[in-house]
Amino acid sequence: MNLAARFRRRGGASLWFGAALVAALIAAAALSLIWTPYPPAAIDVPHKLAPPSWAHWFGTDSLGRDVASQALAGSRISILVGVIAVGIGLVFGVVLGLMAAFARGLIEDAIMKLSDFVFAFPALLSAIMLTSTYGPGVVNAIIAIGVYNVPIIAKLTRATANGVLAREYALAARAAGRGPIAIAFDHVLPNIAPALIVQATIQFAIAILAEAALSYLGLGAQPPQASWGKMLADAQNVLYSAPWLALYPGVAIALSVLGLNLLGDGLRDALDPGLKARS
Amino acid sequence: MAMLFYAIQRIALFVATLLFASLIVFAVMNILPGNAAETMLGPTATPEAVAALSHKLGLDSPAPIRYAHWIGGALHGDLGLSYAYGSPIGPLIASSLAVSGPLALMAMALATFVALTAGVYAADRRGRAGDAVVMGLSQIGIAVPNFWLAILLVLIFAVSLRVVPAGGFPGWREPARAVGALILPAIALGAAQAAVLTRVTRSALIEALNEDFMRTARAKGVPRRAALWRHALPNAMTPILTIMGLQFANLIAGAIVVENVFVLPGLGRLMLQSISNRDTLVVENGVMLLAVIVIGLNSIVDIACAAIDPRLRAPAA
Repeated sequence: MNLAARFRRRGGASLWFGAALVAALIAAAALSLIWTPYPPAAIDVPHKLAPPSWAHWFGTDSLGRDVASQALAGSRISILVGVIAVGIGLVFGVVLGLMAAFARGLIEDAIMKLSDFVFAFPALLSAIMLTSTYGPGVVNAIIAIGVYNVPIIAKLTRATANGVLAREYALAARAAGRGPIAIAFDHVLPNIAPALIVQATIQFAIAILAEAALSYLGLGAQPPQASWGKMLADAQNVLYSAPWLALYPGVAIALSVLGLNLLGDGLRDALDPGLKARS
Repeated sequence: MAMLFYAIQRIALFVATLLFASLIVFAVMNILPGNAAETMLGPTATPEAVAALSHKLGLDSPAPIRYAHWIGGALHGDLGLSYAYGSPIGPLIASSLAVSGPLALMAMALATFVALTAGVYAADRRGRAGDAVVMGLSQIGIAVPNFWLAILLVLIFAVSLRVVPAGGFPGWREPARAVGALILPAIALGAAQAAVLTRVTRSALIEALNEDFMRTARAKGVPRRAALWRHALPNAMTPILTIMGLQFANLIAGAIVVENVFVLPGLGRLMLQSISNRDTLVVENGVMLLAVIVIGLNSIVDIACAAIDPRLRAPAA
């Protein structure tokens, strides 16, 4: 099968536009690791609230920190939270979903009821619980967002795995005496991977939104760590004197989320046309 | 009869889920390294002060007894005392709900209105320019964080145009101004919901439009637009309602953030202030209440879907 040809034919504009935005996000994070115009946390009070200029492309904030440098560095925390939170969701979600699909009966029921239950606790609510007892910070934010991802991945894994297990080749493998773990790795996972990749991309976008909201509330990234949500909270305090500060972090969040969602949609069309009809 | 049986089953499941939720909330918030009284008083507190506060808060009794006390009290409407405000938590939460409740309802109503209108419009023009515009806008609606939209609305309507105050809540004694103070927050909160629901409405409608009954209705001479609203939409309602129920949890989470942008004295702001006051009991009850609302609403949605669609009542489904 020629993957490149499939991408060209089915992915369309949303795949490429989304991929370009996501590539820009990753590039910004990578660049910020080796270079930012100024150190993101460097305070320079005499030059505070400077409007955008050649020296400070996006201007400076209320402490004189360079906003462009902060915006670049802020992409790191978004990616970090997204990768780990989606990773948690994938690892636990896939294992639980496969268990449900293979075990059936009571175990399947229990896992699915538990998944429904976790939906009642959006990431933000879990994070509020965690931070009120264990204090604010990125780790709690990641745990809260990761836990929220688990049932979504678990449900998807179970549903798609059930489809695979009903196919002749899976039945044949079973009849040939292969164990559930071998069947899971040889037949189920390769076949459900496209659906998982698509969902992971979309969960990544949701994770970025959740991290931004938590940092905006002061429950996520803590200073001096640069984060887009925190930047918006700071910008709100000087909305009357420096309204432009409220634009950059918001645009950065929106473009990252838009890029991931478009990439997810494009990948869905390219990798798994069957999903298009179902969604 | 089947409907009644289904409803009873759902309600039993609702109660069981609530019990489980209360156990989780209690466990997460009470398995503290150390003691809540210590956290509240800070590192300089004397052991005597900590012991006295522990006793006052009932923290010196074993966990199962504290859990039973919490649930028992809650069932009698007694949620305990707020450490920071020194007043009963029940009335504190009730007065914050008088802001959060109407805000959530306004946002949901707005989102539903926009989603049904835009979703029907897009499904009707599937594949054409109007559809593409609606879908593009909905992608942007999902990508824009609600609190950024809230800040932008403040920037436009409060800072530049000066038509509304930037935040705050005048109280329900002045109903017109109170509703006015909730309009921008409701828009900020409802926009993303509207975007998600528009997409769901559109795809559910497109599926319904391909059904045989639509061809029958059209063959009988029902006009296209009328068939869309009268036959396709009711049949597309099950997925729309289900997603609405699931989205409500996100709406509530969003309200916590948006209330803080507009400095509205709602449940979200109460919880956030309680976090900085280290007023754990208020947070615990707030989180539990939100879980009750979300789980309750999803049970109602399940029952409503079963009432609309008899197939869902079958035990196999």
